[in-house]
Order: sequence, then C-alpha cells, then structure tokens
Amino acid sequence: MNQQIVISGVGGQGVLFITGLLAKACMAKGSHVLTSETHGMAQRGGTVISHLKIGDYASPLIRPGNADLLIVLKSENLAQHRDFLNPRGKAVVNAQTTFEKSASTAITLDADKMAEDENNPGSVNLYMLGGALAVTQVCSLYDVKEQIKNRLQGKPEALLTGALNALDKGYNQII
Amino acid sequence: MTQTDSKQLMLGNQALARGLVENGCRMATAYPGTPSSEILTSVAAWKKQEALDDMHVQWGINEKVSFEIAYAGSIAGLRCAVAMKQVGLNVASDPFMSAAYLGVKGGFLIISADDPGPHSSQTEQDSRLYAMSAKVPVLDPDSPEQARKMAKLGFELSEAFEIPVMIRPTTRVCHARQDVSLLPITAREKSAEFEKNPGRWAATPKFRYILHNQLEEKLKKIAAWEDTAPVCLNPSVQSDKAVVVAGVSAAHARDIIKELDLWDTVRLYQVFQPFPLHTAFVEQILSDHSDILVLEETTGVIEMQLARRDRVQGKKSGAVPETGELLPEIMEGIIAGFLSVEPKSAIMESKPGRRPTLCAGCPHRASFFAIKRAAPKGIYTSDIGCYTLGMNLGAVDTVLCMGAAISQAAGFAHAYTDDKRPPIVATMGDSTFFHSGVPALIDAVVQKAPFLLVILDNRTTAMTGNQPTPATGRGIMGEETVSVDIEKLVTGCGIDYCITADPMDYPNFLDHMKAAVAHARENGPAVLISRSPCVLSLSKETRKAQFQKVVVNDNCDGCGYCVSHFECPALVMDENAELVHIDTTLCTGCGVCVNVCPKKSIEIKISEV
Repeated sequence: MNQQIVISGVGGQGVLFITGLLAKACMAKGSHVLTSETHGMAQRGGTVISHLKIGDYASPLIRPGNADLLIVLKSENLAQHRDFLNPRGKAVVNAQTTFEKSASTAITLDADKMAEDENNPGSVNLYMLGGALAVTQVCSLYDVKEQIKNRLQGKPEALLTGALNALDKGYNQII
Repeated sequence: MTQTDSKQLMLGNQALARGLVENGCRMATAYPGTPSSEILTSVAAWKKQEALDDMHVQWGINEKVSFEIAYAGSIAGLRCAVAMKQVGLNVASDPFMSAAYLGVKGGFLIISADDPGPHSSQTEQDSRLYAMSAKVPVLDPDSPEQARKMAKLGFELSEAFEIPVMIRPTTRVCHARQDVSLLPITAREKSAEFEKNPGRWAATPKFRYILHNQLEEKLKKIAAWEDTAPVCLNPSVQSDKAVVVAGVSAAHARDIIKELDLWDTVRLYQVFQPFPLHTAFVEQILSDHSDILVLEETTGVIEMQLARRDRVQGKKSGAVPETGELLPEIMEGIIAGFLSVEPKSAIMESKPGRRPTLCAGCPHRASFFAIKRAAPKGIYTSDIGCYTLGMNLGAVDTVLCMGAAISQAAGFAHAYTDDKRPPIVATMGDSTFFHSGVPALIDAVVQKAPFLLVILDNRTTAMTGNQPTPATGRGIMGEETVSVDIEKLVTGCGIDYCITADPMDYPNFLDHMKAAVAHARENGPAVLISRSPCVLSLSKETRKAQFQKVVVNDNCDGCGYCVSHFECPALVMDENAELVHIDTTLCTGCGVCVNVCPKKSIEIKISEV
C-alpha cells in the first residue's frame, strides 16, 4: 500500500521521533520507506515538518494535494500545511474539540491537555501518534509499540510505561 | 542501534558515512554545518560499533584545517574523506583548488553538502561550480542509498586518476531517511607511507603549469570513464524530446514522469557525474534529441556543458527557476509544460510558519539583553550560530559569514570618526571564535579598533547538534582531549581587557557589560567572555537543581515589553486577558526574566518548606 504522510509541528515537539517510529514500524512489515526531515536552524522552536512515504517511491518529498494523512502537533500549522492533503486525506490535529469545526477533514485530539492531565508533557507527540494510528491503516498500534520498546530498551521502565500509555490514550480517544 | 534485520532506516548522511566505512576510509574529518553535520558523527558511531581501531576520526577547527589533515592522509596513501557544508567549502577552497593540481594517492573524497532553499545557510551556492572551477570531478547522489554507493565509486575514481573527487549531496539527500541494507566492511591493511616527491607535493609555479596540463588530460579521460557515465532510465523509448536529471531532482522526476503517464513517452537520462559531463553523452544526446530539458540543483551545471542554447532548456534558458529549491511540484509543472500535458499537483502558496527562536533558558538571551542595556544605540555585529537568532531581540544587525562579526566590528569602528562613533558590540560563539575569529581579533588589536567582542561561550557547537569545541576537552569519540583556554587565547592575541562573567547571574553580568563597553570605546578592543553552558547540554539533575519557580504577579498590565525585548518562548502574551503568563512546559526556571519587566511583575516564587 502506497501511503504519504506529513507530520507537522514546531522544534522540540518530537516530530522526528514519531516519524522514525512510524517509518520503522512500516519497515518491519516489509515496506520500503522514505522520509524527509527538517534539521538545523528551524529546529530551534521554528516550524518543523517531516514527510513520510511508504511504498514504491523515489522522491522523498510529498507534493501538495498528495498526502493521505496529516498529523499536526501544533494547531496553528494546519493552515500552513493542510494543502498537502489529497481530497480524501485526513488531518489529525492537536487542538481542543471546538477547533476548526467547519473543516470536515480535521479530527481533533487535545493532546496538550491529555499530556498535562497525566503529567506527561514530553509525550504530546505520542498521544498524537496514537490518535493518528486510529485513522491510518499503514501499520497497527501494536507495530508502533514494538518500535517504542526497541527504542527505549535499557531506559528507565517508567519512560516506557509513560510512552505506551500516551500512545494508547491517544488511540482510544479517536477510535 | 536496533537492527531488526539486515536493513536499517538510515539518514542520507548516515548512509554516506556507511559508504566511507565500508570502503576502507582510514581518516575522516569535518567541521559541522547543516546539512552535513551527521556524516562525521555517523562515521564515529561505526568506528566504535565495528571496532575500527586504526581509523582516525576528528572534528577539525574549521573546514580548511579539516581538509588539509585528511588530504595529507591521502597523499600518505590512505583512503580519506573530509565533510562540510557548502559555505564551508568557501573556507576550504584554498587547499581544494591546489589539491586538484597535486592530485592524491589514496582515494580522497570531499563531501560538500548543498542547501537549496536555503533551509539553514547563508547562500544557495552550488558546490559543483567549485568542482568545475577546481577541475575536479563531482558525483551527485539522488538518495541515501545512492550516496552510500557513490562513496565506493568516488574512492575508485579518485584512485584511478589520482585526483580528489567531490561528492555533492543536497539537503533532501542528507536529511532523507531510507531503508538501506548494510554491506560488510572491507578491511584495508594498507598503512601510511609518504613517498617524498617535492617536485609534486611542493611544486613551484613552473611545475604547477605542468600539473595543470596533466589535470586537463585527467579530466578528458574522466569524461570517458564508464563507471560514472549517465544512463537512460527508460531505454526502450524513442523520443525527440528528452529530460536530463541529476541529484534529488532525478528521484523527483522518476515519480513525476510515472505519475503523469509519460514513462513510455519521453526519454529520461540520469547524470551521476555532472562535471566533467561525459563527452560521448553530450554528443549522443545532442544528436538524438531536438529538445532537451535539464532539471538539476542549484545552478545549470549540466545545462552549461550541453552547449546548444537552441535545443537545451534549463536554468540558463529561463525554463527552470534559478533560485530556491527545485521542489517536485515545481518540477511537475515544468515537465508537464515541456511535454504539453496537464500537471496534477498544485503549487502550494507559501504561508508564514513559526520563526525559530533561542530556546527558553538559553544563556545567549541574557547576553543579548545585557548588550542592549549597556549599549542601547550601538551597532551589533554578529555571526553564524544559534545566536544569529539574537536578531529576534533586536540585538543583531549584521551576519555575513563565519568570523566576520569581529572584522565587521573593526570595519565599522574605522569607518566612523571618534566623535560620531556609536558603541560597537560584536557577538560570536566559542566554536566560531576558534573557527575563524582569532585572526580577525589579532588584526583588531594591531589596529586598536574600539569595539567590544562578546564571546558567547556555551562550551559547545549548539546549532548543528552540540558538537565539541577545542575548549570542551572531549573529542568526537568521547575521548579526553586537551582543552584550549579561551582566556589565554584572547590575551595571547594581544587583548589586555578580558573579563569572564556568567550571563545567568544577570545583574552582575550587566555591570561587567557596561564596564567593558565603556572600556572598549576609550581604549580599543576589549573582550567579555559570556560563559554559561548551552541549556540543551545540561543534565536533568543540573536543570532540576537550578530551577526557580517564576510567576507573573498582579503588576502585569500586558504592555508586552518582555515578549518583544526578551522574546523568551516561555513568556506568552495572553491576547484575551491582555496579560503575560508563563508557559510552564517550556520554562526552565532560569529566572533571568525577573530582571526584564519594567514594572517588576515577574518574580521568583520562594517555595514554602
């Protein structure tokens, strides 16, 4: 299955981290993956975007009107990056439920609030990834959990529990 | 690194580094710079993982020094590589030009990563033009996988013709990730052996002329070397029109031409070695095709060598934009137009995003705020690094290139007469000071230029990913190195007035800043070393120990002074209540902002025990 996913946020939110998790989860299922990332100056709190293409592609960049899924970690970025979506594409946006009601493509998830309520402020990206996994078929919640376990091997147990919990909560909120 | 099977998700820079290591590279050097920085860190990671004990890997103090170290390894017979960003090649251009004449022994690769856009650079320059100018062959990878393969190809080309070879990846190759299979490391038992030959390695101008002739001969042969020749990707097609692509544009073009259903309509050629362009290819393509579109980044290097203006379209002809990144949606429009079909993708209107900013708790912010207080109507020259973002605080007026903050400050000082000269304050990071600030400071001492240099010493090269500096005392492998003392270096340059202070101890720091500005105006150059570690390199424990709970009290009337003049991302103007609040997820509790509010509305909350 060819899939194109744009992940958008600001420097420090962990856009690259969840891009890597998704990419590796798809790779583990035998798919080819290509990503394009923002490094350097923009990572200092500026807008960060990553492109993830799963399947038979040569180019690492997604053209406007071609993305199947847009994950937005900072709601203000939706205006900037929504044009990446194809007409059937979906956006999962970190925002309060009242946000952008008019936009039928936008599914909201108040990840900031969930993270704050659970005292897990560094995991906003994982709540969002969990929510996105409820929308996309590209890989399963289980596939991503396996990657998180790999990635956090040897780290304190609480970190892993917190990460898996964030992923579950995000997923359950949308499903 | 986790390894589920033989494939790894690899960053372009990692793949390139893997190519170096797989093919027996014995010395690798670099100065960090986006988008090239991860190349050397990846080489170091593999050296460690594969226990390649006789491999020398190091950060150089700048690109010129890095180049010369690796080049010497090559003329001693070892495979060597040096990596840098495109503007780094400007710094290394002197040895680069000369090394082309002298040639190499062991394979020698110069990796110069370009940044069309630009995303994180001061220019969009095309390193391939440097290769043309130096008369050195250049390879242009389209993906992480191809970058890895080109390391092998590059070493072979370099050794076959005893010539330095450039590999020119761009941001979209360096910072793409792809599933890449690992190949085994080829052990090369060769040890260093420098064969003296002063006629070559120390050639005088008379011999340089001979070497130049030899270089031209080499280039002619390289333009016929099979292994790097362009290929037609769809050879069964016969067409009057042809599209020629290279680098990441080749990757975009493959997808676009397939999606537009043109794969069986137009011949698509990929060039791997844009300079020297293969002679036979030039002849063939010009005889077989009446209309040729060239898509490449950033300058029309291939286009230039297809010297038939009437048949070739590209950057020079105006068919392709000469500036900015050649995004796939732009390419799609150009290809569709060239072949008279309708493009499927639209061009996205560029909307402003969030601008980058200094991190919450960054010591540079305190330094800049003090500079503006101590020299309110000053000229502020600055330099390349995170602290370029001091612009957001109105504390950076000029940024030219690495090291220029000092020479430009001196230039402004000399430009103004004594009675009209405003205070002049230069800011430069510790890594940049080592890189190219030192000669400029010596010059300022000799000329007695009245300005203050503030060295923003955060003990690291922060912007590019916290690489060590010569003062860190650690090398790329984490090994202990000599730590060069910045104070001694500054006083060794001839500076009499050199003070070190901690910007996070703000009131005290401001006093030092005022005294240093005043001293510099009267007595010639002075230096204030603003020393506090990068907030990103602090351990969790240190951060916790230093944390002070900051609150906004009722005095706040929402004037916005702190937001515009201090510009900490943790200070947020609440538009509805017209008050400022602290974003507790971002605040590091450094407490510097209590010195900022004119109404004393930001205070430290002493916790009751």
